[in-house]
Amino acid sequence: MGDNSLVLGHRVSEWCGIAPVLEEDIALANTALDLIGQTQLWLGLAAECEDRGRDADALAFRRDVWDFRNLLLVEQPNRDFGHTMMRQFLFDAWHSLVLAALKSSDNSEIAAIAEKSLKEVTYHLERSSDTVIALGNGTEESHKRMQAGLDRLWPYVGEMFLTDKHDLIDVAALRPAFDELTNDVLRTATLSIPTDNFTHKGGKTGARHTEHLGHMIATMQFLPRAYPDAKW
Amino acid sequence: MYAQMVKSTGTGVKSLDEMEPQERAFQERINAGDKIEPKDWMPEGYRKNLIRQIGQHAHSEIVGQLPEGNWITRAPTLERKAILLAKVQDEAGHGLYLYCAAETLGATRDELTEMLLDGRMKYSSIFNYPTLTWADMGAVGWLVDGAAIMNQVPLQRTSYGPYARAMVRICKEESFHQRQGFDIMMTMAKGTDAQKHMAQDAFNRFWGPSLMMFGPSDENSVHSAQSMAWKIKMNSNDELRQKFVDQTVPQAEYLGLTVPDENLKWNEEKGGYNFSQPDWDEFFDVLRGNGPETTERMEARNKAWDDGAWVRDGMMAHAAKKKAMKVAAE
Repeated sequence: MGDNSLVLGHRVSEWCGIAPVLEEDIALANTALDLIGQTQLWLGLAAECEDRGRDADALAFRRDVWDFRNLLLVEQPNRDFGHTMMRQFLFDAWHSLVLAALKSSDNSEIAAIAEKSLKEVTYHLERSSDTVIALGNGTEESHKRMQAGLDRLWPYVGEMFLTDKHDLIDVAALRPAFDELTNDVLRTATLSIPTDNFTHKGGKTGARHTEHLGHMIATMQFLPRAYPDAKW
Repeated sequence: MYAQMVKSTGTGVKSLDEMEPQERAFQERINAGDKIEPKDWMPEGYRKNLIRQIGQHAHSEIVGQLPEGNWITRAPTLERKAILLAKVQDEAGHGLYLYCAAETLGATRDELTEMLLDGRMKYSSIFNYPTLTWADMGAVGWLVDGAAIMNQVPLQRTSYGPYARAMVRICKEESFHQRQGFDIMMTMAKGTDAQKHMAQDAFNRFWGPSLMMFGPSDENSVHSAQSMAWKIKMNSNDELRQKFVDQTVPQAEYLGLTVPDENLKWNEEKGGYNFSQPDWDEFFDVLRGNGPETTERMEARNKAWDDGAWVRDGMMAHAAKKKAMKVAAE
């Protein structure tokens, strides 16, 4: 959960200062801020559970690619605003379902983080849905771009629903709810849902990330790596 | 400052006796400390001058996102990343209030944006300088926001109501920004040798450009006199620069940093520091578009605007469709 929010939060923060309109600049920064805040909570809890003297920053800034457990979807580059918002929408839909399930976790810390995050993510989903609908059903150009975003990102959707032994909840069971939610929005947006359900995988397990992640963490981790003794 | 070298349209300050009754009544309201509101009568010069000043200030907030945005993806901790993101987001918010304030004077955000993008309007010279190390995030907050606050606190009392009110909120956030900048500098200045070096290097590079933010001496400027009579400029450039130096030097000493000015000396008589003027040739070069990062800044803004055109068009088209559907349903 922490790696997903870290990687996506970082990606979204790359938009800072260059969004299509001032209101979007502010909204994207808000989303990124929420995700970075969630990262602090999840990775903080992970470090505490691990109990080896690391903290959230050590996990974020001192691990290499193979130790990251984020979905391949979130490490995809921003490309254009259409890809960015489509990635956000697909992730938000999944994220809200997962957090809703984690809210009932037996572990009170997990439940508390999920509850706090869900409030933020409910808003993220509302905004990304609205944007997907507006741009899908806007001009011919915006429709084309949103469809391109959906087609390009669709092969990363399936990975979100592959349950493995580390999962606290059965994510595969969330797929019907996800389909219902996304079909509704995508149909309103006049977009065609791809029929090929091939999925890339390896992000969540860390077995095989895309090349994009290495570049991201090279940027992100530069200072703590270059000056390992420094406190910031 | 965030609005530098704003030229008034007046030729000089008229005395009350030289004014027509309407203008005289306007000036008397200003003299009495009244706020001018959007629907009130105002001289055309006042309106134009304010649009330029507020517009330039708004543009500075928008372009000002770029030098700090440059380090968001390289912030060294999660907390620093969140703080920097929040700060740059605040700048976008400031831009938004200021464009709204300008809108009340009849200049739309799109018009002002186009004037920024084609070079007809300027933004503060300071944002044409590069941010090269993490310590620059400290220096920008400490010095650049510090200098901005120096100018903007008095502007909370400016005569134009919407501008004054925007400034109240902006100043609250700016003082938080300055503290976060100082906090970064403190951490760096007390850190490893490499961090101390970064801190001093950032200070060396930003000291002169920060002094330039107040603009050249305006003792004999007709434009400044008119702006001061209208209370859209509250203090002279030299006055504010002196105040900034006097405030900043002890902070630098506290940080253990050396002010990059051999002539810096306390002057008991004036109760302030003597200091060297910044390189005004460089300042005018920057204003002419030859700042070290000017081309990059304008390229980035233009690219963002051009790349975003389809999004803005798409949103507008969707809004029009929704409206049409609503009308059809009624």
